[in-house]
Amino acid sequence: MLLISCPNCGSRDETEFHYGGQAHVPYPENPNDLTDREWAEYLFYRDNTKGTFAERWLHSTGCRQWFNMLRDTVTYDIQAVYPMGVPRPAAPFPPAADTGTASTGAASTTPLSPSTAPEGATK
Amino acid sequence: MSTQQLPEHPDFLWHNPEPKSSYDAVIVGGGGHGLATAYFLAKNHGMTNIAVLEKGWLAGGNMARNTTIIRSNYLWDESAAIYEHALKLWEILPEELEYDFLFSQRGVMNLAHTLGDVRESMRRVGANKLNGVDAEWLDPQQVKELCPILNINDNIRYPVMGATYQPRAGIAKHDHVAWAFARKCDELGVDIIQNCEVTGFVKDGNRVVGVKTNRGTINTEKVGLCAAGHSSVLAEMAGFRLPIQSHPLQALVSELHEPVHPTVVMSNHVHVYVSQAHKGELVMGAGVDSYNGYGQRGSFHVIEHQMAAAVELFPIFARAHVLRTWGGIVDTTLDASPIVGTTPVDNMFVNCGWGTGGFKGTPAAGLTFAHTIATGAPHKLNKPFALERFETGALIDEHGAAAVAH
Ligand SMILES: Cc1cc2nc3c(=O)[nH]c(=O)nc-3n(C[C@H](O)[C@H](O)[C@H](O)COP(=O)(O)OP(=O)(O)OC[C@H]3O[C@@H](n4cnc5c(N)ncnc54)[C@H](O)[C@@H]3O)c2cc1C
Ligand SMILES: [Zn+2]
Repeated sequence: MLLISCPNCGSRDETEFHYGGQAHVPYPENPNDLTDREWAEYLFYRDNTKGTFAERWLHSTGCRQWFNMLRDTVTYDIQAVYPMGVPRPAAPFPPAADTGTASTGAASTTPLSPSTAPEGATK
Repeated sequence: MSTQQLPEHPDFLWHNPEPKSSYDAVIVGGGGHGLATAYFLAKNHGMTNIAVLEKGWLAGGNMARNTTIIRSNYLWDESAAIYEHALKLWEILPEELEYDFLFSQRGVMNLAHTLGDVRESMRRVGANKLNGVDAEWLDPQQVKELCPILNINDNIRYPVMGATYQPRAGIAKHDHVAWAFARKCDELGVDIIQNCEVTGFVKDGNRVVGVKTNRGTINTEKVGLCAAGHSSVLAEMAGFRLPIQSHPLQALVSELHEPVHPTVVMSNHVHVYVSQAHKGELVMGAGVDSYNGYGQRGSFHVIEHQMAAAVELFPIFARAHVLRTWGGIVDTTLDASPIVGTTPVDNMFVNCGWGTGGFKGTPAAGLTFAHTIATGAPHKLNKPFALERFETGALIDEHGAAAVAH
């Protein structure tokens, strides 16, 4: 089980959270102009990175806020936790202290503004 | 047929040749699907100058990590057609491959625990019958008769309100299935090359002409990807994307028990599925981890959840010990159906997205994918499962019948 460091509540068990898939996938700016191919890309195609992956999590049974996280999809090390709307922090990250344990990067100290809604607001 | 005899040791079932510098076709991935594809390429299409490249050991991926359940009671016509074709092949394969992999048609029950489940299940029984798939609706008493250790009291959290039942469904010894295909492939002249990881592709314009591996570059006219959890990694190397997400999925076994569990019981709602292996272990599967992962290990809380459900449904399991747990990496799609067909790269074909349920599809996946690779065109059974469906919107939404939520 992952130990996830919610920016508002601190470290909690994975079971308190809800996975929201890839982060930084903006809703199309001009939806009416999209071709079928572009709609397919937006709806069904997501990165499936083997390695460091930027993803969204919802602290569903805690503060009920969305936030972003960088996690290694092979080791499951959590490399950074950062608010919605903030660009993906640049690598490299120090190796996590403990496999499967949250080791929050510098960006995680940024306070989560209450007005930050998930980009695209899907899911 | 089931002689219950253990077959030969795998070392003697195939050779371990060095890779040649060129092949007519290369199959990436030595799981069940890759091996079945190679077998049908050789048998049905006379293509024997071919190789199966496996980065680890034969069937070390999902093939020998799954819970071995075989059934064809899917909802939609397209799925019923391909899975039922697979089941018909399972029924003749032990003879055809001259190898007993202990296919046991002990039946599968899919439990219903809510009124919604009941309605969905009855609808599926109707759909199955229309498609020539054997299916029945069982009331709780009939469920109990088939599997006496099931708790059908209505005072539990998720009472058993009935079940769909497919009598021809069952289980097979998965590693032996892989060995059976591998042995025949070898006999037909296919090179099975283990410890050979594909690390890139050689292209001439938009056409694939070779694969790069940790054992050198191999020229080839056609490439078939059968890499389950790693399909999107390979697609990325080839320069295209797949609508696939890889998730850990785990299973576990108990120590050996006397025969107590005569059939296969699955519950989509409480997320446990149980059968008893030929030797006597209780084999149990769970749901996928919610997050993407390639780590071949799953979360403990998923097992906890699964065990709670198992003990409530089967009170006698309360004192059984877990012997082993393990994980595989399954490649899921948003409509819970596989992707089989051509890709944006010429002469490169993909068979993936079977997610949590592709073991049962192994023979039909191999047969139809071999057809696609040999002819460059879809087989009528895999045509609906082409990559294009995500663009056309002709999705095949099998979440209800897929049995593992993902
Ligand atoms: C725990 C669990 C339980 C399951 N239960 C069931 C069940 O009861 N019934 C059912 O029908 N299905 C079940 N499944 C799903 C089923 O196992 C898969 O859908 C099916 O095995 C996928 O096809 P495959 O056998 O070819 O994949 P795999 O056996 O995973 O084959 C893919 C192979 O590709 C290799 N590979 C990857 N990358 C490369 C590379 N770069 N170069 C060379 N080789 C590479 C891998 O090492 C692997 O051996 C289960 C899966 C899991 C994990
Ligand atoms: Zn929180």
